[in-house]
Amino acid sequence: MSYNKEYEQIETGYQAVRWHEPVIYNLGRHGIINEITPQADPEIQAAAKYDVENMIPECMRRKKEPSLPELSEPEVVRHYVRLSQNNFSYDSGNTVGLGTCTMKYSPKINDQLATLPEVYELHPFQKDEQIQGILQIMYELRTWLAEIAGMDEFTFQARGGAHGVFINAAMIKAYHHSHGEDFRDEIITSAVSHPANGGCPAALGYKVITLYPDPVTGDIGIEQMKAAISSHTAAMMMTAPYDTGVFDSHLKEYIDMVHEVGGLVSLDQANFNGVIGHLRAGDLGADMMHFNLHKTFSTPHGSVGPGTGAVGVKKPLIPFLPKPLVIFDGKEYHTDYNRPQSIGKVGNFMGNIGSVIRAYAWIKALGAEGITEAASMAVLNNNYLIKKMLQVKGMGIAWANRAKLQEARFTVEELFQNTGVTTFDINRRVIDYGIISYFESHEPMIVPNPITPEPSDSVTVDDLDRFAEVFDCISKEAYSNPEIVKSAPHRCALHKVLDGPLNDPKQLATTWRAFLKRNPDFTQAKGI
Amino acid sequence: MKKKVGLIVNPIAGLGGSVGLKGSDGNNIVEQALTLGASPYSGARAVTALKVLVPLSSNIELYTCYGLMGETVSREVGLEAKLIGQPRAIDNSLYNRLKSTTAQDTIETAKEMLCIGCELILFAGGDGTARNIYEAVGYKVPVIGIPTGVKMHSAVYATNPRNAGELAAELISGQICQFIDGEVMDIDEDEFRKGRVSARLFGYMKVPLSRVHLQGGKISISSDPNSVKGIARTIVEDMKPETLYIIGPGSTTTPIMELLGLPFTLLGVDLVKNKKLVANDVTKKQILYELSANSHAAIIVTPIGGQASLFGRGNQQIGPEVINCVGKNNIQIVATQAKINSFYGNCMKVDTGDEKLDSELCGYYRVIVSYKQEIVFRIEC
Repeated sequence: MSYNKEYEQIETGYQAVRWHEPVIYNLGRHGIINEITPQADPEIQAAAKYDVENMIPECMRRKKEPSLPELSEPEVVRHYVRLSQNNFSYDSGNTVGLGTCTMKYSPKINDQLATLPEVYELHPFQKDEQIQGILQIMYELRTWLAEIAGMDEFTFQARGGAHGVFINAAMIKAYHHSHGEDFRDEIITSAVSHPANGGCPAALGYKVITLYPDPVTGDIGIEQMKAAISSHTAAMMMTAPYDTGVFDSHLKEYIDMVHEVGGLVSLDQANFNGVIGHLRAGDLGADMMHFNLHKTFSTPHGSVGPGTGAVGVKKPLIPFLPKPLVIFDGKEYHTDYNRPQSIGKVGNFMGNIGSVIRAYAWIKALGAEGITEAASMAVLNNNYLIKKMLQVKGMGIAWANRAKLQEARFTVEELFQNTGVTTFDINRRVIDYGIISYFESHEPMIVPNPITPEPSDSVTVDDLDRFAEVFDCISKEAYSNPEIVKSAPHRCALHKVLDGPLNDPKQLATTWRAFLKRNPDFTQAKGI
Repeated sequence: MKKKVGLIVNPIAGLGGSVGLKGSDGNNIVEQALTLGASPYSGARAVTALKVLVPLSSNIELYTCYGLMGETVSREVGLEAKLIGQPRAIDNSLYNRLKSTTAQDTIETAKEMLCIGCELILFAGGDGTARNIYEAVGYKVPVIGIPTGVKMHSAVYATNPRNAGELAAELISGQICQFIDGEVMDIDEDEFRKGRVSARLFGYMKVPLSRVHLQGGKISISSDPNSVKGIARTIVEDMKPETLYIIGPGSTTTPIMELLGLPFTLLGVDLVKNKKLVANDVTKKQILYELSANSHAAIIVTPIGGQASLFGRGNQQIGPEVINCVGKNNIQIVATQAKINSFYGNCMKVDTGDEKLDSELCGYYRVIVSYKQEIVFRIEC
């Protein structure tokens, strides 16, 4: 793929750093030594009385050295700094485009708190009496979140949102098993919920029934829900509000319908930022739910976490929570492993504690009033953005007659029909303008050519104006010279990556060694 | 390396539509249409599609037919093409030039393109043309339809000519690696003119999978080969003893028979009981006969074609008497997620021939889309 010099010259206000950085295996030189560890003094060696080589069983010893890259320390540093500079991150620019992610600002002061020596020097094997401080933080956060959610207990064991959904699905299974109702083998979810709400129960062996929202109203509808519910219903697992920003008008009724047949209700509250302080899952009748601390509660995230899916349950589900649970006996805090009905351990140790501390600090800084105001700000920002975006030629919005909370699903189907430019093309062009690639939609993409941004509460009006302005510029390009957008990006670190091969198992390689096996004649210029 | 691409234009396709003739097959149609003031437009639509491929000309080795069946079009956009088939005498009469192109030309040309090793056949036409191409190449080479016909019930077309070009460009440049089964359907035009729609399913062609370019639109990247196997497994696992299963036509239901290790008819209705074959490719009469001997029965059926038709298109053997006998509650609908997504925004339709039954069939149904995965979809008449 070659650059188009002419399109590269179009001034967009942004130019990415462009390091032509090779893979680390093509850097360095054989034989480079970074440090020479001195031998221990003879007296120490004698006192230690061990011979490391002979401690490793013969059958486990390597026959040849691992073929790792060999670089000097400064070369390693430069390599990774350059790679990082090739990336676009939250700290690089506008992230309004990432709908459902809730990319609110992660205050740096919370990073300082989470990396205090008193925190990071804790060892997970330390006894409860030595870690009362962190256990207290966990217990207090659990109490606040229970109040915010209308639940009775919380755990921070889930390392992400989907992990939280999995834990809820596992607890549903354990609950029905404990009641002798294993015949309940169906889960109901929606196509505008996070796909984990279908995927996690499927992984546990459930049959999953996915309901599609009405193309006009945006609701699932009572009649459709009736067709899905049966005596086999184990639970409804649904995101609320939906990823489209629509709050289903009949959610309370669906919850009642599921309870009537003996099923449970689990609400995925990834999109809680639109309703925090205004609505509680518990009040609606949900039996369990989860928050994403790395979304609503400001802890940092981007692709690989660290996240926390804070899972909340009502009393009947408490026995099934993963272990350990943090409990308080009035005097001291403990980690409780004595939970015979628990679904078991779902991860090592206590969870992503950095997340817990940051969420704790965020709530403390804002208080009840502040977090409620955050929702109002998020909704206001989103509705301001909607007005600006709809002024862009070729831009439409799904479920136009429904009020939108924290986010909305736009569509450039009209622009596509007029110009041939797709949302995927536009998504490569937006980076040329210095804003992060946006979230189109989860699968299935029931809205054609979708765009799903989410301002959240912590953006400025300039961020929102800039975001809409970028789409306006790109729309003008699409209508006058679509090739600019279709062949984008032009000012990024790399040009267009073909995604056909990425979806083809015969071409995709997930390790360097696999790549070389597939491409034995591959050569790459050595780095500088 | 250059990719060999075939282009076939049916210059008559769509001719009858603009003057209300409901199709362009048949000997007298061309004359009638021209008399009524119709002018051919499939060529212009093919030009729109082909223009998109011009930037890729260095990657394409284009093969096409002489005259109005492709040469004119490729010359107009400036794409060099190797000509195959019979050269045609230049004739000033449009009528003569049109009349000199036949369905047989399409079939012969497509066969030759397959022999040459074309990796894509781009064709401009409607269901009639799609049938001809299918007769020539079957499932052996990917095809993309530039929609120019009157009847376009087959699921092989892009939404518009430009998108056909875009889809071809993505396939040629290696962006697309997955394909779906596109039904080849055709409507009996004589019946249609009498006010009755009678569509037949002829088979399936291989169509590149795209999110945005295909008729019906919104398709997701889902692995259809695994979905249909999952559907088959679900159905077979739930099969009850002493129950007659009426397996409707289509590539979604065929894997059920394959899983059972039974012979099957892709385009016909098969009967199964106790996981054994009762009969293949049955008529309505035969189905009713078997139903009279069985107290329990179920229909396994999939929507056919690009129009979300569940009953009445391509599966008329499962007629109103059969459906009434089996009962609405014993109808199990199966479909892949990709197919369902292509219908989103519309409902499944039924046209059994019995209006009362059609209205009784309306409502919500659970549809199996993969192993232990269902969605709920609505039927409307």
